Amino acid sequence: MGASPKRAAGGAGSKKAPPAAQDAAEDCLGLYRTMVLIRHFEESMRRLAAAGETPGLVHLCSGQEATNVGVILALREGDYIASHHRGHGHCIAKGAPIDLLAAEILGKAPGICGGRSGSMHVVDLPRGNLGTNGIVGGGIPLAAGAALAARARGTGEIAVCFFGDGALNQGLLHECMNMAAIWSLPVVFVCENNGYGEFTAMEDVTAGESVQARGEVFGIPSVTVDGMNVRAVRAATLAAAQRARIGEGPSFIVCNTWRYGGHHAGDKQDYKDDEETKRWEAADPLITFAKTLVDEKRASRDELAAIEAEVVARVKAAVAFARAAPQPAIETLEAHVHG
Amino acid sequence: MAETITFRDGVLEALFEEMRADPSVILMGEDVGAAGGVFQQTKGLFEAFGARRVIDTPISESGAFGMAIGAAMAGMRPVFEVMFGDFMTLCMDQLVNQAAKVRYMSNGAATVPLVLRTTMGVGAGLGPQHSQGFHAWAAHVPGLKIVVPADAADAKVLMKAAIRDDDPVLFFEDRQLYAARAMARDADETLPLGRGRILRPGRDVTLVAIGRMVGVARAAAEALAREGIEAEIVDPRCLVPLDEALLLESVRRTHRALVMDAAPLRYGVTAEIAAMIGEKAFDWLDAPVARLGAVDTPAPISRSLEPLVCPTPEKVAAAVRAMM
Ligand SMILES: Cc1ncc(C[n+]2csc(CCOP(=O)(O)OP(=O)(O)O)c2C)c(N)n1
Repeated sequence: MGASPKRAAGGAGSKKAPPAAQDAAEDCLGLYRTMVLIRHFEESMRRLAAAGETPGLVHLCSGQEATNVGVILALREGDYIASHHRGHGHCIAKGAPIDLLAAEILGKAPGICGGRSGSMHVVDLPRGNLGTNGIVGGGIPLAAGAALAARARGTGEIAVCFFGDGALNQGLLHECMNMAAIWSLPVVFVCENNGYGEFTAMEDVTAGESVQARGEVFGIPSVTVDGMNVRAVRAATLAAAQRARIGEGPSFIVCNTWRYGGHHAGDKQDYKDDEETKRWEAADPLITFAKTLVDEKRASRDELAAIEAEVVARVKAAVAFARAAPQPAIETLEAHVHG
Repeated sequence: MAETITFRDGVLEALFEEMRADPSVILMGEDVGAAGGVFQQTKGLFEAFGARRVIDTPISESGAFGMAIGAAMAGMRPVFEVMFGDFMTLCMDQLVNQAAKVRYMSNGAATVPLVLRTTMGVGAGLGPQHSQGFHAWAAHVPGLKIVVPADAADAKVLMKAAIRDDDPVLFFEDRQLYAARAMARDADETLPLGRGRILRPGRDVTLVAIGRMVGVARAAAEALAREGIEAEIVDPRCLVPLDEALLLESVRRTHRALVMDAAPLRYGVTAEIAAMIGEKAFDWLDAPVARLGAVDTPAPISRSLEPLVCPTPEKVAAAVRAMM
C-alpha cells in the first residue's frame, strides 16, 4: 500500500510540498510549544490508558499536532471550533488548561465537565469549543450553526469544524456544506485525513479520486495541504478565515496527516504497512518544524530543548493533579439534565 | 365577548411576540419563509423579520437541525420546524446525541435553548409516513422537554414558555386541532413548563388526556355525566417535566384513573403515567389504572380503517364504565 491518489497532494509519501512561507503574525515558538505540549500530553494519556486509569475509549492525536495547531492558532479569541473523537489537541490549542483536561479524561471532579464526559465529550464552550464528539460527523452541524449565529449577530466570529476522513461519508457533511455555501456562512471545514477510519483504509471506503472535490462540487474554495507542516496548515487557515470574515463564505481544507498510535490507545495497528509508517514518521510535524526553526535561526536547539523540558514538567504536574483529584461527588449524578 | 383564536394562530402569535421581544429568536424550516409554511402556520413572519431570521432550509433535516443546535449553543434561540413529525427520525442523532446531552456533558456550562416544533396526527388520510407522533420516544430521552398542547390558548402560552426555556423543548402540534378555536388569553400570560390543569372537575374518575385526547375526553365525560358518572379531566400539558403532583392529587380524590393518548399504546406515554400513578397512589385506587391508546399499527389511509386507529369518545366512555 503506497500513498493513495486521494492523499498524494501533500504530506509525506508524496512529491515534496514546497515549504510554506512564514507569515508576519506567526508566533513560531508558540506554534512549536503548543505542538510539543499536545504530543507530551497524548503520550502521557497513552500511558494512563495502558495502566487502565482512563475510563472508556481514548483516541490520541499524536502525529496530527500540525493540523490541530496550524488551524486553531490562526483563529481569534471568540471563534468557535467543533472537534471530534480525536480531539485532545483541539482542546489544548483552544486553551483548555491541561490539568483540567487530564482530570476530565480520568473522570475526576475538577475536570472541565466535572468528570462526567471524558475524552470524547469535552464541551468547553467558554473557550469557544463546541466539544469533542462521540458521533463521527456530529460536530459538523454544530460548527456550521455557530457560524450561522455569529453571522446573525454580526459580531464577526467564525467557526471551524474538524472531522476525520471517516466523516467524509456521512451525509451530514454534505448537507452542511450545501447550507454553508448557499448561506455564505463563516465556517471552515477541516478534514484531518489520516488515512484510516478505525481499521479500514480510507481509500477502500471513499469513492472518487479527490477529497477536496467534495467541497468543490458545492462551489466551496477547497485546498489540500501537507498536514504535517504547521505553516502550510496555518497559511491555508488564515486564507479561509479571511474569506469567512469578509462574508465570502465557507472553505474546505484537507490536511493529509497520520495518527501514530492507531485508532485508540492500545491499537496494535497490524493493518498498517511498515514502509508507509516509516515515511510518515520521517515527516513528523515536530521534528520537521524544529529543523525549520533552527535552519531559519529562529531558535537554537538548546532553546527548543528548554521549551520541551518546560512542557514535560507542565504535563507531569497536570497528570499528577488529575490522578490525585477526587472522583465526582455521588450527588452530582443527576445534576444538569435539565435547567 | 373575548376574542377567539385558532390553534394555528395561537402558535403564530407566540412566534410574533417572542421574535419581536428577543432578536436571538430565529425560525428555521422547510417553506417557513415567503411561502408562510405548508400549513400556513408561519404566515407573515418572513415579511416581518426577514430572511436572516426566518430561514428556509433545504430538505436536510439532520444537518439543518444540527445547525439549529450549534446556533443555540452560540447564543441564539432557534425554533426549528419539522413539517411532519414522522420526519423527526432524520433529526434523531442530533436530537438525542447532541441537543439532549450538551447540558449534562458540559456540566451545566452550555445549554441548548431551542424548540423543535412538529405536527402529528392520524385522521387526515395522510397515511403511514405522515401521521405519527413521536412524543413518547422523545420523552424517553433524558435532557429533552416535551409539550403537547391541547387548545389554541394553551398553544400560545406554551410556545412562549418553550421559546424562553433554556433546554431543548419538543412541541407537538396535532394538525387536527389547527383550525379549532379557543378563547384568547392575556397576551402577557406566561406559564412555566410542567404545570398541568384540571379542565373539568369530577368525583368518580380521572381522565388523563393530552393534545387531541382532551377533546375526546370531554365528549366522553359529557356522555358519562348523563349516566351519573362524573369524570375529572386532567391535561398535564407537558410530558417532561410531568405535573405528577396534580395527577396524584386528582386520583386521590376520584380513586380511578384512565390514561389516554392518540399514539400507539405499546410502551407509550400511557404506560409511564399509569405506572407512576400505580406506584405513588396505589392505596387510593379502587380499580387498576386503565389505558387507551392508538392501535399498534402504522396509520392506514383508508376511510374505513383510519377512524379505527385512535381512541374515540365511545371507547373512552366504555372503558370508564368497565372500571366503575
Ligand atoms: C456515527 C458513528 N459511527 C461509528 C462510530 C465508531 N467510530 C468511532 S471513530 C471511527 C472512525 C472514524 O474515522 P475518521 O473520521 O477517519 O477519524 P480517525 O479516527 O481516523 O481520526 C468510528 C467508525 C462513531 N463513533 N460514530
